[in-house]
Amino acid sequence: MTINWFKYASPASFYFLAGRMIPYFSIAAIIFLIVGLYIAFFSAPTDFQQGEAYRIIFVHVPAAWMSMFLYLVMAFWAGIGLAFTTRLSSMVASAIAPTGAMFAFLALWTGAWWGKPMWGTWWVWDARLTSELILFFLYIGFMSLQAAIDDPRRADKAGAVIALVGVVNVPIIYFSVQWWNTLHQGASVSLVQSPKMATAMLSGMLIMALAAWMYSIVTILIRTRLIILERERHTAWVSELKEGVLE
Amino acid sequence: MKWESMSDFFAMGGYGLYVWGSYLVAMLCIIGEIVLIRIRKRTLYKHLGLRRKSILRGEK
Repeated sequence: MTINWFKYASPASFYFLAGRMIPYFSIAAIIFLIVGLYIAFFSAPTDFQQGEAYRIIFVHVPAAWMSMFLYLVMAFWAGIGLAFTTRLSSMVASAIAPTGAMFAFLALWTGAWWGKPMWGTWWVWDARLTSELILFFLYIGFMSLQAAIDDPRRADKAGAVIALVGVVNVPIIYFSVQWWNTLHQGASVSLVQSPKMATAMLSGMLIMALAAWMYSIVTILIRTRLIILERERHTAWVSELKEGVLE
Repeated sequence: MKWESMSDFFAMGGYGLYVWGSYLVAMLCIIGEIVLIRIRKRTLYKHLGLRRKSILRGEK
């Protein structure tokens, strides 16, 4: 049996595949969100240092993780689109940017509302906070640049360049708490050490992260489908779709 | 149940403003993004003259 690995690299096939996957990821997102919020507010214990204020962690950490991870995924697909001129890769990159920007904004916002009661300030210009703010601006820059260029293929290329240059910022965010003195605490979860927090806190955080993942997949798939329709509106398969021939 | 009452829950041990300020904005961001996507979808469908949602999903 031969497998056609490139079948879903065609926007038309991907359009229908994505359409079938969206309901499953939506249900998964809702389930993870309900379970995650239940743990966050009802089963996770009160923190001995921070009291109840630490419960912001359940939205702050998943948002910060997603903002960094989505940036890498966006830059990866933008880079593939630039190198191999594969249309779908660039469309996926454009579809990721708004969700990534939303999570970067949330990481900053919830960070400020956690910083105020714990550090006594909404904002400090330290390495972790500043580099996350730059990440938010990189997303905004990517979207504004693409919106400013009329020709979609040229917009893809210009966006890919800014996305790839910005990748250097992601390790800076991640390691900033080790490289510089900062108010921000170190990593709560690491691959090489056992976690420094109670099991319920950790599981709540990971389940909320899974919910953020599923949510991101849903919004990115929906947006990719819309971008496909926008860009392929003059093709035969979209015309057939309009007439209801294609099923 | 770790909370004594509803008001205890909303007070969040004195940090209610910060905890709910974070979660409320998170909720608004998610709802906002979903609304923006719906508007974009509706505008596009209208522009393309597409009506039946079932066709667009690739269903019969």
